[in-house]
Amino acid sequence: MSLSTMLAAMGEGMLRTCLIFFLTLLFSLPLGMVVMFLRRSRFRIVQSITKIYIAIMRGTPLMLQLLMWYFGPYYLFGMSIRGYRFAAIIIGFSVNYSAYFAEIYRGGIEAIPKGQYEAAEILGYSKAQTFFKIILPQVVKMILPSVTNEVITLVKDTSLAFTLAYNEMFSLAKQIAASQTSFVPFVIAGVFYFIANYAVAYAMERIEKALDYYN
Amino acid sequence: MILQMKGIQKSFDGLEVLKDISLHVDKGEVVSIIGPSGSGKSTLLRCATFLEKIDAGSIDYMGQDAVTTNEHGVAQYVPHQELNRIKRYFGLVFQNFNLFPHYSVLKNIMDAPVTVQKRPKEEVYEEAMRLLKKMNLENRADAYPCQLSGGQQQRVAIARALALNPEILFFDEPTSALDPELTGEVLKVIRQLADEKMTMVIVTHEMPFARAVSSRVVFMDKGVIVEEGHPEAVFGDPTQERTKQFLRNYQQ
Ligand SMILES: Nc1ncnc2c1ncn2[C@@H]1O[C@H](COP(=O)(O)OP(=O)(O)OP(=O)(O)O)[C@@H](O)[C@H]1O
Ligand SMILES: [Mg+2]
Repeated sequence: MSLSTMLAAMGEGMLRTCLIFFLTLLFSLPLGMVVMFLRRSRFRIVQSITKIYIAIMRGTPLMLQLLMWYFGPYYLFGMSIRGYRFAAIIIGFSVNYSAYFAEIYRGGIEAIPKGQYEAAEILGYSKAQTFFKIILPQVVKMILPSVTNEVITLVKDTSLAFTLAYNEMFSLAKQIAASQTSFVPFVIAGVFYFIANYAVAYAMERIEKALDYYN
Repeated sequence: MILQMKGIQKSFDGLEVLKDISLHVDKGEVVSIIGPSGSGKSTLLRCATFLEKIDAGSIDYMGQDAVTTNEHGVAQYVPHQELNRIKRYFGLVFQNFNLFPHYSVLKNIMDAPVTVQKRPKEEVYEEAMRLLKKMNLENRADAYPCQLSGGQQQRVAIARALALNPEILFFDEPTSALDPELTGEVLKVIRQLADEKMTMVIVTHEMPFARAVSSRVVFMDKGVIVEEGHPEAVFGDPTQERTKQFLRNYQQ
């Protein structure tokens, strides 16, 4: 098998990896916001439940969570849903990452000085205006480095989808490496993840630069 | 009368910070509040601006009740909507400015009039530029707060408060976060506002300034108003022993 055929064979896997990556971000970034609001709820019970949820998401292996999402419906309710594999992966990733993002958002929000809220209140801003116009833009700038870390971890974590026998790039690399008794697919995989992360870091740096107009 | 506060009581978990304080402010008056640290000056301003809720007493602005106390001695605020309307009567300038760091100077001043009061942008722009000129900052409209000195930031904060056309402006130690050489420029604009008969309540430790600019001085200690009167009377010939002691300590 030549290098180009290997690349071609792995190409589809790369696409699938990218799909997991982007869909996870698409769902987990806003979902994290919801989780953060629940975590900061006035109601103690909501707070506690969210705390437990975050603890479980961060305290158990993502691989195990993916297996739970995939096999859970079958073992719990005897349901077997066709084409559920991909959905289970996206749900598993999104739900897991939303917990991490929620904690990052919370850290950012709690670091905004109380005076910003008070100034906004005196000037007559509503609660929603205060959050979206005054607080959130400052939070975004503050948490960007932590979000970058998390996103880079996600690039690498996408390989965990192999647990559910989903043919993303890493699974394909393993299969081809086994059938061809070649080390090259792993090198290709490594280069792919590296480039992907490089692109992520570059994009995030650009965003950070764009927000650099104030301190 | 612009502001009337009667029998204000406020405790923080058991600690009585304001004990039956009454304060009224007429149109065009400049009232300075002086007193030792921890006497409750900031708390009084925060209660007057609804940043803190009072336990008992009453507050009204322009003759409109904001808080009253019922027969059980419990303070009751008017409904949210009405309170928001009353909030438009006052502005507050903070000790540490609290400008919005992600907005330019101009946007800091213009945003509330445009998004909260829904006034036309062109009109607000004119007004903002006029205020900046008055604050001697007309060439810093596009700067960000982090690019300004503390004195400049505080003048932007004053312009931001004035842009909403309040009936009364509160200041909580507007110069105590500033380097000594920068306090003068801020005091100067406050003095200018006083000359224009802007109604103001100023908590300050700048005694010569308070004496020069105020129409009335209020001396607070341990949550009560100990003495109150014309600045020449309070500073020149105080009647209460505590006032004398405080002013004596201040001169040393
Ligand atoms: N949010 C709060 N929670 C608990 N105690 C508070 C709170 N705010 C103020 N206090 C207490 O109330 C008392 C009066 O505080 P306040 O800030 O009003 O004093 P001040 O006269 O403004 O003093 P300074 O000159 O130092 O600014 C102090 O003992 C302070 O510790
Ligand atoms: Mg104070």
